[in-house]
Parts: sequence; structure tokens; C-alpha cells
Amino acid sequence: MNNFMKLQFAAVSNNESFARVAVAAFVAQLDPTVEELTDIKTVVSEAVTNAIIHGYEGNPEGVVTVSASIINHTLHLNIEDSGLGIADVEEARQPLYTSKPEMERSGMGFTIMENFMDEITVHSGVGLGTRIQMIKQISNDLTQMN
Amino acid sequence: MSLKMQTERIEHTLIVRLQGELDHHTAEKVKSHLEEQIAMNTFTHMLINLNELTFMDSSGLGVLIGRYKQIMERGGQMVVSDVHPSIYRIFEMSGLFKIISVHPSESEALASLEVVS
Repeated sequence: MNNFMKLQFAAVSNNESFARVAVAAFVAQLDPTVEELTDIKTVVSEAVTNAIIHGYEGNPEGVVTVSASIINHTLHLNIEDSGLGIADVEEARQPLYTSKPEMERSGMGFTIMENFMDEITVHSGVGLGTRIQMIKQISNDLTQMN
Repeated sequence: MSLKMQTERIEHTLIVRLQGELDHHTAEKVKSHLEEQIAMNTFTHMLINLNELTFMDSSGLGVLIGRYKQIMERGGQMVVSDVHPSIYRIFEMSGLFKIISVHPSESEALASLEVVS
């Protein structure tokens, strides 16, 4: 079964829960485990929060795009913004690194994304925005099927 | 998708019970409410009960670490209880267990603080 969805929304913090619940509802058709679903909700929350805080620096006119594809029981997730971009992606991906310590950011967003998903690729350019692509295979336990 | 917070003072400890989802959106509310409580300076330790917290991401970690620093500055201790498995993994990944002790229940967490106060 292959399937696709795409969402666009304003870069406001109210939409963080909307984005993760929407993606979780889309992924539900693969019968993921509770743990897999929580992993996916968490990484959506991390990437969307990054877009809002860092990409657009809180500018509500920014637009965040979330798209997800299901290809053979594998979830392909894209989260993009057209904001400021990241000058040094390697530095940003270091555990505990944050460019905004004064906002009490923990610097764990990318580490969580790397741990909860099978693959992550970050494309970013200063002034161009950031696109995070993540892949996760969803377990396909036939004994769970009716 | 919101967050509710209930606080109770027992002896030298402020117990904070979080219910719902702790993300960047709701973290601001938790931060400002707890900072107000800390500024009133009527307790030494903080116990955060996460039994009814169903979701937390790295924004939640930021809020906990921020309050940990404030409580440490006044010579108190911060402990956490009733952590769901999914939140436990984020704690593990961030090394939070090295600085904040986690207890299976609120009563055990409170007992650990009464020993030090």
C-alpha cells in the first residue's frame, strides 16, 4: 500500500500539537506500535518546533510544510520551512548544542530525531530555509492483523 | 492538546503534577508559573510528578533543566516521579538522570527529599 499526504500551516506554536496528531493519524493506517507512534509524534514536534523557533524566529507569517509518504510499510517524512536556514548543520546536530540557550532550548532536538528514526537527512541553506527528511520502517507483524 | 498543572506544598517541597502534553507551546506556561512559585521562595525542593504527562519533547527537557538550575542555586534538590517509558527514553538520551533522580512514585520521591531536608 502506498499513500501520500501534505500539510501547510502557519509557524505558530499552537500548530505543533496539530502537526504531530495529524501525522500520527496518517501513520495509523500502518498499525504501528504505541512506541513507534510516540517516536513519530516526537520527531514531528521537534522538527516543527525548530522551524518555528529557529527557521522563522517566531514570525507567524512563516509557513511550515509537512509531507509524509508511505511506501511499502516505510514512512518517509519531510518537514520544511523557508526561513533563515542553518549555517553549520553539523554543529546544529551535535547533542546539547543550541543557538538559543537563553530560551531554555535543551539542544536535544536533532539527537532525538536521529535516535527515533532510521535515517535523517538535513538540507539547509542560509536565507533559503531547511528541509528535514526522515525515514522509519514500521513493524509489520502479521499476527496483529485480524 | 493542552497542559494542566497542579501544585501542592508539603513541608519544604513543592510538588508539581503535570497533566497532558509538554511541548514548546505549553512549556512557556509551565516555565512562567514555576518561576513565580520559585520567586516566592517558600520551599526548598521541587518534586515533579509526570504520571499524567502523556507527551514530552526536548522543549520539556529545557524547562526541567532550567528549573533544576534554579532549585540547585538555592541549595535544594529536584526529583521526578512516575515517568512514562517514552519520556524515560528522552531522559536517558539527554543524560538528565545524571543530575535529576527519578523515582517510581510520588511518595518515594517525597521520602527521598525528606531525608535530605
